[in-house]
Amino acid sequence: MPVPCRRGCGKNAVLKRPKTGDALCKECFFWAFETEIHYTITKAELFNKGDSVAIGASGGKDSTVLAYVLKTLNQRYNYGLNLMLLSIDEGITGYRDDSLETVKQNRDDYEMPLKILSYKDLYGWTMDEIVAQIGRKNNCTFCGVFRRQALDRGAAMLGVKCIATGHNADDIAETVLMNVLRGDIARLKRCTAITTGSEGTIPRVKPLKYTYEKEIVMYAHYKKLVYFSTECVFAPNAYRGHARALLKDMEKIRPACIMDIIYSGETMSVKEEVSLPTQRTCTRCHFVSSQEVCKACVLLEGLNKGLPKLGIGKSSKAKRMLEEYNAKQAENEGTLKDAIKDLNDTSSIVARNERISGKKKSANKENNDTCNKNDCCGRSCKSNPSNVDPVTSNKKLDMLLEQFGLDDKESVKQKLNGVCDTNEDSSEVTPFNEQEEDDTCSASCGGSHIGF
Amino acid sequence: MNSKFTIMAETLKLNIQFGGGAELLFDKIKKREVELPPLKKFKPDCQSEKWTIRELLLWIKENLLREREELFLQGDSVRPGILVLINDTDWELYGELEYVLQPADTIMFISTLHGG
Repeated sequence: MPVPCRRGCGKNAVLKRPKTGDALCKECFFWAFETEIHYTITKAELFNKGDSVAIGASGGKDSTVLAYVLKTLNQRYNYGLNLMLLSIDEGITGYRDDSLETVKQNRDDYEMPLKILSYKDLYGWTMDEIVAQIGRKNNCTFCGVFRRQALDRGAAMLGVKCIATGHNADDIAETVLMNVLRGDIARLKRCTAITTGSEGTIPRVKPLKYTYEKEIVMYAHYKKLVYFSTECVFAPNAYRGHARALLKDMEKIRPACIMDIIYSGETMSVKEEVSLPTQRTCTRCHFVSSQEVCKACVLLEGLNKGLPKLGIGKSSKAKRMLEEYNAKQAENEGTLKDAIKDLNDTSSIVARNERISGKKKSANKENNDTCNKNDCCGRSCKSNPSNVDPVTSNKKLDMLLEQFGLDDKESVKQKLNGVCDTNEDSSEVTPFNEQEEDDTCSASCGGSHIGF
Repeated sequence: MNSKFTIMAETLKLNIQFGGGAELLFDKIKKREVELPPLKKFKPDCQSEKWTIRELLLWIKENLLREREELFLQGDSVRPGILVLINDTDWELYGELEYVLQPADTIMFISTLHGG
């Protein structure tokens, strides 16, 4: 009772496509699968001829299939792309160390250069060490936030035009659903975009955006692609897990729901009055951020100060924790008075800025020293606006802009100067901080991906 | 009469495979050769004498599944997101749970639920 291939090629079908319901044989399935991805790539103009493209590679099914298909299409359709693999080593014993072996296999099989960046090198902490500090409750926050930024850093090092990630249709539908369930309108609007990234950042593209998870797995199976599949050894995200289960249940009943949810997310329009956090660059590390100081820097500061919960939850909470911490530090040293004097003395701030900006180049860990000042700036903005000297902050900005070679000085300045006024309000209104992690974590730890 | 008796008494040999992370629930063993007893013996109240995937799942649950059965089974079927291949073909083309198992069939379960 074999079923013949729908395309009339005479062979027997091997699978029923969830997207169309068609029964196809192996060859016709490969053709349809690859051609649809090619269509997605060309329709959205994801790449330009001659581009260098980093593939975010975890060793899992999605990135393995993405690497294989991109290599195939690059040859077949003459994209002229220079493809490479970019992997992040979170430092999770028994999980990532194994999957990196798979990535190395991909490197050899697909003949692509591979760059591996570790949390240890970038941040001074492995996930194992972070979990030892924070426990297993909020560890996914760290992992997700750090991974997201690590990919940006890696892409900058490789000098690529964009990063291609393996997010598939099921992942995107799941994220739409998640954002609805959390009322996160800002992300709801953004999460279906096939290309993300603001000016000055390296864009991320999702060539598998319309590709069903089932087809990715079947493709890998029939092509005998080697991929790594295991759960992260740390606890997965429960809320996303429920959204995922719900989606899979609905997909079973009506597979088209995946495409329909994505379509809904794409076509939904957001009311003007809904405040959308803009993406900008972190004033400390200069990678993408939605706040003045990015989540990665806040989390890292917490770790380095022995306040690992810093950055978990709202930014106002983080500020309070830092205030308490700083007050305590100052008391301990008996220099509270001096510190206050120092804060109000703008010329000394400039001097410190110079010292700090020099340091920043060398190591991220130095944030330990600098964060007092950065935090003080944020606090004084809020509590006593007169403390902010526009001349000083512009000088600081100029230095940072020059240092990092950003072009669009005026627009960046405007954004950054606006931060002090609105930062507190926006962080209260949009439940933004708690959520960055969820999107990103799910990727790797048994859910799905590398972050939106 | 004689042939019917033979069928009833015979066991059914199958190849069971797990992939995509599903093997983690089965002692990390990816390939097994199993021998199913006559269905009447395994499930005396069963109306039919023929093993289908439906009964196979019950048998797997009782004999092979080591941990967290909710990650593999849901209701009387596999958990959505676990793909089933019958002789390397999508079970959705073969009636899913109702497929009647044949000697030497290879039944493969691939999880799509494990990330990378």
